[in-house]
Amino acid sequence: MNDEPAHSALTLFAVAPQALGGVVLRSGAGPQRDQWLAALKALLPESTPWRRMPAHITDEALLGGLDLTATLAAGRPIARAGLLAQAAGGVVLAAMAERISPALASRLASALDDGAAGGSAMALVALDEGLEDEAAPEALCDRVAFIVQPDSSQPSGDAAAVERARAAWRTVVVDDAWVAALAAAADQLGILSIRSVCHAVTVARIAAALDGRTSATQDDATLAARLVLAPRALRLPPAAPPEEPPAESPNSPPNDPANHKPNEQPADDSPPSDAQPDPPPDDNDHPDQQRSVQRLDEQVTEAAVAAIPPGLLAQLVANGSDHGRRSDAGRAGQAARSLQRGRPIGSQRGEPRGGARLALIDTLRAAAPWQAVRRKALPAAAPAATSNATAERMRLLVSRDDLRVQRRVQQRATTTIFAIDASGSAAMHRLAEAKGAVELLLADCYARRDRVAVIGFRGAGAQVLLAPTRSLVRAKRQLAGLPGGGGTPLASAIDAVNAMATAVRRAGATPLVVMLTDGSANIARGGIPGRPQAASDALSAAKAFGATNTRALLIDTSPRPSPLAQQLAQAMRAQCLALPHAEAGALSAAVRQAQTHTHTHTHTQQTPHHA
Amino acid sequence: MAGLPFPFVAIVAQDELKLALTVCAVDPAIGGVLAFGDRGTGKSTAVRALASLLPEMRVVDGCRFGCDPSARGTWCSECLARLPAKTAPKSHLVPVPVVDLPLGATEDRVVGALDIERALSRGEKAFEPGLLARANRGFLYVDEVNLLEDHLVDLLIDVAASGENVVERDGLSIRHPARFVLVGSGNPEEGELRPQLLDRFGLAVEVRTPADVATRVEVVKRRDAFERAPQAFMQSWQPAQDAARKRIVAARKKIDSVAVPDAVLERAAGLCLALGTDGLRGELTLVRAARALAAYEGTKQVGDAHMKRLASPALRHRLRRNPLDDSDASVRVARVVAEQFGP
Repeated sequence: MNDEPAHSALTLFAVAPQALGGVVLRSGAGPQRDQWLAALKALLPESTPWRRMPAHITDEALLGGLDLTATLAAGRPIARAGLLAQAAGGVVLAAMAERISPALASRLASALDDGAAGGSAMALVALDEGLEDEAAPEALCDRVAFIVQPDSSQPSGDAAAVERARAAWRTVVVDDAWVAALAAAADQLGILSIRSVCHAVTVARIAAALDGRTSATQDDATLAARLVLAPRALRLPPAAPPEEPPAESPNSPPNDPANHKPNEQPADDSPPSDAQPDPPPDDNDHPDQQRSVQRLDEQVTEAAVAAIPPGLLAQLVANGSDHGRRSDAGRAGQAARSLQRGRPIGSQRGEPRGGARLALIDTLRAAAPWQAVRRKALPAAAPAATSNATAERMRLLVSRDDLRVQRRVQQRATTTIFAIDASGSAAMHRLAEAKGAVELLLADCYARRDRVAVIGFRGAGAQVLLAPTRSLVRAKRQLAGLPGGGGTPLASAIDAVNAMATAVRRAGATPLVVMLTDGSANIARGGIPGRPQAASDALSAAKAFGATNTRALLIDTSPRPSPLAQQLAQAMRAQCLALPHAEAGALSAAVRQAQTHTHTHTHTQQTPHHA
Repeated sequence: MAGLPFPFVAIVAQDELKLALTVCAVDPAIGGVLAFGDRGTGKSTAVRALASLLPEMRVVDGCRFGCDPSARGTWCSECLARLPAKTAPKSHLVPVPVVDLPLGATEDRVVGALDIERALSRGEKAFEPGLLARANRGFLYVDEVNLLEDHLVDLLIDVAASGENVVERDGLSIRHPARFVLVGSGNPEEGELRPQLLDRFGLAVEVRTPADVATRVEVVKRRDAFERAPQAFMQSWQPAQDAARKRIVAARKKIDSVAVPDAVLERAAGLCLALGTDGLRGELTLVRAARALAAYEGTKQVGDAHMKRLASPALRHRLRRNPLDDSDASVRVARVVAEQFGP
């Protein structure tokens, strides 16, 4: 039997889609994904509803409402069932899940919650085509059991076994020891959500049922840990004590998930036999089992760690093992912005002039109820009810009161990108003071509810320390933890800033760049040391940046105003500001001035549109 | 269609959240609960569970806004127009509403709008009540309240303060009571809340994943038992649910007779002064909540113990805050409480 996560997830999910919430399929469109979906469809009972949902579905289509077209045609209200109602008890296929707005995500999340509580809701298969910086909304990922990538193998499942398991899984006994082991493993991996542990327990139960057993074993628990917990790991377990003996679990070589074939192992030679005598879950503690529980944790955790994808592992290591969070937790807000662009957020009464656009559907909707009344009020020349086929009858009577205009996102949010030079020269001068200046700017961002991002640069290159987020506390934390030292890779820094500014603009927000540097580049593009090359690279990067016409502020951190920084600012078309030789007071004054200056700048930039 | 709510009394840990929701159930005037914390820590479960705990309420027959038959002063324009002033109106019992306000809701759905169906079929100009009407005298729950769009936030801020929803649109002119307990939840890492909205919440609690594995295991086991056999699970918790409900009913009756000694008021004022909270709302909420707790616990007067338990939820979100100061507001409150009340 195939042991790839996507393959195991397929069969497990097919047994109890609603109980598991769903699957996030991370992959681009292609035959692998199609095969996986086809295999899933084949495993589900034939009558299971299967509905595809676009990421930009309207509320009405999702939740149901008045079918305007049919209503106008029939002259009486005709309701239409929403997609969620149609999919009750079945599967909703969410296309482009990485583009789902927080609003839609919250609708789906509450539908999923309802299903978990015994309602006749749907299960979600989210098709997530996100690249590295995009993903399906957290609210959904948290509510589904599996996050998998379809692989190249031909997925298939044993339909008869699935059918049997479907009838049996609810009564499978999961020993408390395994629940404890899964909870502990989640804890070790920094997974805060208890939902994931619940899902893992259900997966263990279903895995046992698929294998025809009535109680879950170690294999089921490790499988659950690999499938449910591993993809969500936020950290590596604290360095394991050296005594964990591989001899303890001869049938589960922990470092080689490919050899790990849970469903083929006989159930009874695994260690939990000492935990078995106390089968039905009850509320008592098991102090005598404490030791064995500890061992079980380790095994389950190991299995999960072994299954963490290598890329993620490297990232976790880079972040430090005690680092509890991915640096992209602020993503939800970003998605919200990017989806709002170009998408009207409702309509209001008004006439389409002064740039306002007519909201056609809403206008029709406003006019629809009055048709009968208005027709009666028409002069006798227009007979109201002669024949359905006459042109008069078909004509829609729209009055000025019906007109609706689209309301759009009222203000474009600003995202302030801080790029901070933490190289040796800057650190020697006044990294601490620069940090202080940024904190003052951050306070101002808070007042305006801007989002902020932090890029640090030193040594070989620039690093995005914090993707755009509204959480200023996190920005401050990143800032405080920024170490100093190393060369000044100014060109890479400007390139990184430019890339982020472009991304911000694409997401529908306005970028504002605040760069703190002394301007003395000594690392060229590609991390090659050498002052002249570095300086010319920096200038060309600055010119490229300047061409994008992004608002920017360069704060010169060198001891005395340097021509280098001036030159750079000019190329970037940025305002240049020297960080004065002074304490907090003078510094704050300089920052204020910079802020007001940027504001007037903004204003003048916008006036032409108003005029 | 809808699934059963998880029984409130079966929720493991989350003591502060349960406390806050309970005192709001005793005295809705406390003004709601904001629960901030990580995903999957049971915030929404607790809020949705609350519905099962609340005693039924009496509403005027035929009223679409759930008017209280005993409080004519708060009636909607329709009830005032159609019911005689002297006689008590006919009424019936309904469950207390717990209404979800979804993130992407349109203003029409929240405030109410022209009833298109009636307009189409009968040519009548009728008002179709929105979520605010449904939530009247109950709870309005906003999950991920920090991601709510600004125009809805403005609307909520206004209605939560006035207790009345005024509709002037589509040729309609309607006003109806919309007094609800606002309950919000969210993850602060994903966005900050507007200070004005923050202030509308009486109590703020921080929800964390239980730190010890034993508690987490218990959470998972109960959740698992509930999901596999909801009916049986509900039944096994029914006695405890009933007892808690009776306590809330008893507390509501007693609350007016709970004494608030001057010393307690001074304590509250001292706390707020020491913490530098804005305005008087902090003190008021703290005293109100402490009184509700005293009533719930069956004591005749508010004491230091009640104040201590509620100081953090009532005050932590009202501290004049340096946005960049990530030192925990709860820690600050706890420190000042210790100073004021002694160890």
